[in-house]
Amino acid sequence: MSVNLTLLLVMGVLYACGIYLILERSLTRVLLGLVLLANATNLLILATGGYAGLAPFFSKGTDAGDYNDPLPQALILTSIVISFAVTAFMLGIIYRTWALARQDDIQDDAEDRRVAKTPSFDAEDDAEVPQETSEFPLAAVAAGHTPDHPAAADHPGLPGSTPLNDDEGGGPR
Amino acid sequence: MNAASLAPLAVVLPILGAALTFALNRNPVAQRTVSIGLLALTLLLECWLLAAVWTTGTSSVTLGGWLPPFGVVMVVDQFSSLMLVVSSVVSLAVLVYATGQGMADGDQEAPVSIFHPTYLILVAGVSNAFLTGDLFNLYVGFEILLTASYVLMTLGGTGPRIRAGVTYVVVSVVSSVLFLIAIAMIYGATGTITMADLAVKLAELDPATRNLLHVMLLVAFGIKAAVFPLSFWLPDSYPTAPAPVTAVFAGLLTKVGVYAMVRTETLLFPGDTLNTPLMVVALLTMVVGILGALAQSDIKRLLSFTLVSHIGYMVFGLAMSSVTGLAAAVFYVAHHITVQTSLFLVTGLIERRGGSSSMDRLGGLAKLSPLLALLFFVPAMNLAGIPPFSGFLGKVGLLQAGMELGTPLAITLVAGGVLTSLLTLLAIARVWNRAFWRKPDDAEYPDPVLKDTAAVGLLPRTMVGSTAALVVFGVALTVFAGPLFQLAGNSAEQMLDRTAYIQSVLGADATVPGIAAPGGGTGPSLQGGAK
Repeated sequence: MSVNLTLLLVMGVLYACGIYLILERSLTRVLLGLVLLANATNLLILATGGYAGLAPFFSKGTDAGDYNDPLPQALILTSIVISFAVTAFMLGIIYRTWALARQDDIQDDAEDRRVAKTPSFDAEDDAEVPQETSEFPLAAVAAGHTPDHPAAADHPGLPGSTPLNDDEGGGPR
Repeated sequence: MNAASLAPLAVVLPILGAALTFALNRNPVAQRTVSIGLLALTLLLECWLLAAVWTTGTSSVTLGGWLPPFGVVMVVDQFSSLMLVVSSVVSLAVLVYATGQGMADGDQEAPVSIFHPTYLILVAGVSNAFLTGDLFNLYVGFEILLTASYVLMTLGGTGPRIRAGVTYVVVSVVSSVLFLIAIAMIYGATGTITMADLAVKLAELDPATRNLLHVMLLVAFGIKAAVFPLSFWLPDSYPTAPAPVTAVFAGLLTKVGVYAMVRTETLLFPGDTLNTPLMVVALLTMVVGILGALAQSDIKRLLSFTLVSHIGYMVFGLAMSSVTGLAAAVFYVAHHITVQTSLFLVTGLIERRGGSSSMDRLGGLAKLSPLLALLFFVPAMNLAGIPPFSGFLGKVGLLQAGMELGTPLAITLVAGGVLTSLLTLLAIARVWNRAFWRKPDDAEYPDPVLKDTAAVGLLPRTMVGSTAALVVFGVALTVFAGPLFQLAGNSAEQMLDRTAYIQSVLGADATVPGIAAPGGGTGPSLQGGAK
C-alpha cells in the first residue's frame, strides 16, 4: 500500500499541536486541541485508503485496482459528524463555565483537595479512650478503676474501635 | 429466520422511545408511560434472545444488505445476550427510580424533560455496543452512549456538575480518539473492521504489529473501563451527577469498557501475550482503588472508588485466559452491575432521608428508617463478598482460577483479591457504623434533618420499590447462581474457542485460525477449523 507523504506530514503536525493544546489548562485551548486530534485522526483513516483512485461503482468495466477504497471515506464521514456534535456540546459547557465562574480554566475538585488535606489521625477512630458513646456508661471507668476492663482496654489499640461502642449503643434500639 | 434477526430491535426500540418521548415533552405522564413501556418491551425481547441463543447457539444478522466482511453485522452469543438482559434490568429499575424522584420533586421544568430521551439513547448505545460485530460500529455505539452520558452528567448545569462534566468529556473524547486511531491502524494493517474477519486476519500479521494494535485497543478500552492507572477521572466525575444517573453510569458504562476488553482479548487477540501486564494492572486496580475508598468521607465518592477497585476483579479473571477465569469474570460482571447500581440508588435514598451523603453529617439512619438500612446492608455485604452472596461466589471462582494457573504472579493476585475483599468490607463497615449505627449526635456536623424526625416526609414509594426490586434481583443472582455459572461457563468456552462466533458471521466453511504463537510470524494453525 502506498501512502501520500503530504497527508502524513500534515497529520503529524496536527497530532503534535493537538496534544500540546489538550495539555493546557484553558478550556478553549483544550477544545481546539480535541478538534485538531479528531481531524488528524480523520486524515489517518483517509491515508489507510491509499492513493486517490476512481470513484467506485461509477462506470462499468473499470479494473478493480483503479478504484478508490470507499470504506475509509464512509468511516470519516461518521467520525466527522460525531466530532461535530461533541465540539458543539463542549462549546456549550465552556460557555456555561464562563457564565458560572467567569473563568476559562479547568477547576480543581474541592472534595479532592479536602481529602488530600485530611490528617491521617481520625478523631473518631484513633482516639485514645473513647468518649461516652454508649447507652450503658462505663461505670468502672467513671468510678476510678483502671481501664483494664476488657471492653475498655480493647478500644485504644483497635483503629476500628467504634463498632464495639456502636454495637452496644445500637443493639437495644 | 434466526434469533439474531430480532436483535437490532434492542437498539431500535429505545431510539424510537427517545424520539417519542422527545415529542411528548409537554406531557410528563405520557413520557413516563412510553419510556418505561418501551424499555420493558426491550427487556422482554432480550430475555427471548437469551433463551434463543441458549438453545440454538450463536447467530448473526447483516445490516444494510452488505455481506459480512464489508457490511455491519450484529452477533448474539451467550455473553452478549446475558449482558443485554442484566443491563436492561438495571436500566429499567433506574428509570423507574428516576421517574419516582422526578414526580416527588415536582420538577417538570425544562432540563428534566430531556431526561427521558437522553436516557433511552444511552440504553440504545449500550445495547449497540454489546450486540455489534463490527469494530467501527462498536466505536459508534460508544459514542452514542458517551454523548448521552455527557448530557446526563451535566443535567441542570450547576457549577459542580459542569466542573465534573468537563473532566469527564475531555477524558472520554481522548479515549475515543485513541480508539479511532486504533481502528484506522487496524484497517490499514488488515483491510477489514468486521470483528470475525479480523480474528482470522490479525493472526496473519507480524507479531510486533499485532502487539501494537493490541495495546492501543486495550489502552482505549482501559480508559473507558476505568482500569488503574487510567481510572483517575472516575471518582472525580461520577459523584456529582444526580443519584439515578450516577447509578446507571456506575452499573453500565464501565462494564461496556470491560465487555470490549473481553472481546479484544478473546476474539481479536487470543493467547497470552499481554497476560502478565494485565495481571499487574488488575492487582494495582484492586488495591489502589480500595485504598482510595478508605480515605473518603462521602458515600458516593467511596462507592466510586470501590467501583474502580472491583473492575480489577474482572480484569483479573480476563488475564487468566482460562475457561475458569473467564467464566468467573463473566459472572462477576453480571453480579457487579446489579450490586453497584443498587448501592448508588440506596445512596440516593440516604441523601433524601438524611439530607446528605457525607459520613460526617449522617447518623442513626438504622433507627430512623430500618427498611433503608436493610436495603443498604444486603448489597453492601454482597459487594464485600460475604457468603452466601453472589459476590462471594464470583470471588471464589476467580481465586480458583488464580490457583489453577499457579504462577507466582497469579498467587499474588489471589492474595490481592482476598485483601481487597477484606478492605471493601472495612470501607463498607465504616459507612454502616457512621451513617446507620451511631447516634445522630455523634456525627461531626449532624444534619438537622436527623434530629427533627417529624420534619421529614416519607421516601417516595416508587423510589424505594425500584431499589428494593434491584436488591432482590441481586439476591436472585445468588439463588440462581448455579444456572448463571453454567451460562457464564458456556459463554467463556465459546469465547475462547471462537469457532461459533466466526462461523456464524463468515459462514460455516470459514476456517478458524489457531492461537498465534508469540514468536511465530504468520500464526500457524494449531487447532484448525474442523474443531
